[in-house]
Amino acid sequence: MLNEQEKVVEITGLVKSFGENHVLRNVDLDLYKGENLVVLGKSGSGKSVLIKIMVGLLKQDKGTIKIFGIDTLKLNLKELNKLRLRIGFSFQASALYDSMTVRENLEFPLVRNVKNLTRKEIDFKVEELLEAVALPNTINQMPSELSGGQKKRIGIARTLILNPEIMLYDEPTAGLDPVTCIEINNLINEVRERYKTSSIVITHDLTCAKQTGDRMAVLIKGRFASVGTFEKVFEEATDKQVKSFYDYNFIR
Amino acid sequence: MSKIKKVDKPIISKNLDEFFTGMAKAFSFVKRFFKEVWFPPYEFKEVLRQCYEIGYRSLPLISLTGFIIGIVFTNQSRPSLAEFGATSWLPSLISIAVVRALGPLVTALIASGKVGSSIGAEIGSMNVTEQIDAMEVSAINPFKYLVITRTLAATFMIPVLVMYTDFVALMGSFASVNANELVSLSTFFVQVFEAVSFLDIFSSVIKSIVFGFTIGIVGCYKGYNSSRGTEGVGQAANAAVVMSMFLIFVEELLIMQIVNAIRYA
Repeated sequence: MLNEQEKVVEITGLVKSFGENHVLRNVDLDLYKGENLVVLGKSGSGKSVLIKIMVGLLKQDKGTIKIFGIDTLKLNLKELNKLRLRIGFSFQASALYDSMTVRENLEFPLVRNVKNLTRKEIDFKVEELLEAVALPNTINQMPSELSGGQKKRIGIARTLILNPEIMLYDEPTAGLDPVTCIEINNLINEVRERYKTSSIVITHDLTCAKQTGDRMAVLIKGRFASVGTFEKVFEEATDKQVKSFYDYNFIR
Repeated sequence: MSKIKKVDKPIISKNLDEFFTGMAKAFSFVKRFFKEVWFPPYEFKEVLRQCYEIGYRSLPLISLTGFIIGIVFTNQSRPSLAEFGATSWLPSLISIAVVRALGPLVTALIASGKVGSSIGAEIGSMNVTEQIDAMEVSAINPFKYLVITRTLAATFMIPVLVMYTDFVALMGSFASVNANELVSLSTFFVQVFEAVSFLDIFSSVIKSIVFGFTIGIVGCYKGYNSSRGTEGVGQAANAAVVMSMFLIFVEELLIMQIVNAIRYA
């Protein structure tokens, strides 16, 4: 599945600071088509900042990001929105619209971005995605009635409704129990298989990384200290900080 | 992302810099509203939903307050007029007071507490929980969906609520006048309409539109720019009320001056 010839994301020399806090210092990273790339790092290491810059929620100080060969810095809002439709972003806290039901949450991006859909087509798409995340019975529930794991699944379903080619998962297993974590990890893999997406998974959970990632990239002090397969990065690690990251994580 | 640059070193003093930066941000927020309101997509359904939230859901509070104001103002005015044997002027006095000032002002103040705080808290909490970011990454313009709809709904509904408050307050006043002076409903309202001029009604409507816009845009601005965290949501709601009330009084003063200038020109 992995196609190392085709880069879907190319990040070069990315720099981002918040005042005196230099979060990203000259970051380079590629994402290949069909790949699940896991970005690991401690809290506050800039993992989420990296993917927020990719979708234009934050602006880099320096460096370029090319997505499908398009330099995001050169896009106006209309062009950026067009690109955003090809990228799904699953938020850490799910970010479900709490005044809407699950059905309305899923419909919301669909009806605003895909014109002339019939009621039947919308319902079919919503039901199909709820089936895909194994939550068909939640369709009329409010987000407040869902558990943390269910919210994550609905959040993922909402991003999938626009058929993205790239999925960005921000801490998909944060705050979940171990069983639900494994379910979410399996869902991430299923999404890749079923919807043929390339993904970046932001996490500090090594179990999630091992189960979902083809390659790991460990972000330490604003730079990638190590990039490669799980075995290469952790089991053969020579870097002290990468090793300590591995040693302090609980591996099932 | 905001186009207003944050300066690292204060140019004048930190507080003044913050004040002027805040003013510039608020101005650019209002400018963005007027720039985007004319162009599609139009969120009619959301505007209607907000009209229901702002208008219909405020009715019980507005009804009670308006009715009580009518009674209290009539009862408080009666002794002064009675000294001159002029209690028959009560309907005229009350109608002028209610239509020109009390109705718009009281409704706007109640709405800024109820509606402004709720808009500020709702948008603030959406900001904190990344729901606004979720809209942006789905290529949906959150400004259009959240700010324009709520501001338009407040601008449409406050004038309607003001007219309703005027009516309810006059009914309260009638209840008091009827009980004490035995005046009939038709006589009461004949006097009311004789006292109130077109300029009074026109200025009241204009004032209500301005108040409604202020409540909507301030609530949205404070919510949209709330700092991250639950504390920020509370602060946004609070700031929305304080700022809109302050602006309503300033606007009342300015509009009153303009209307008086026209009236006595």
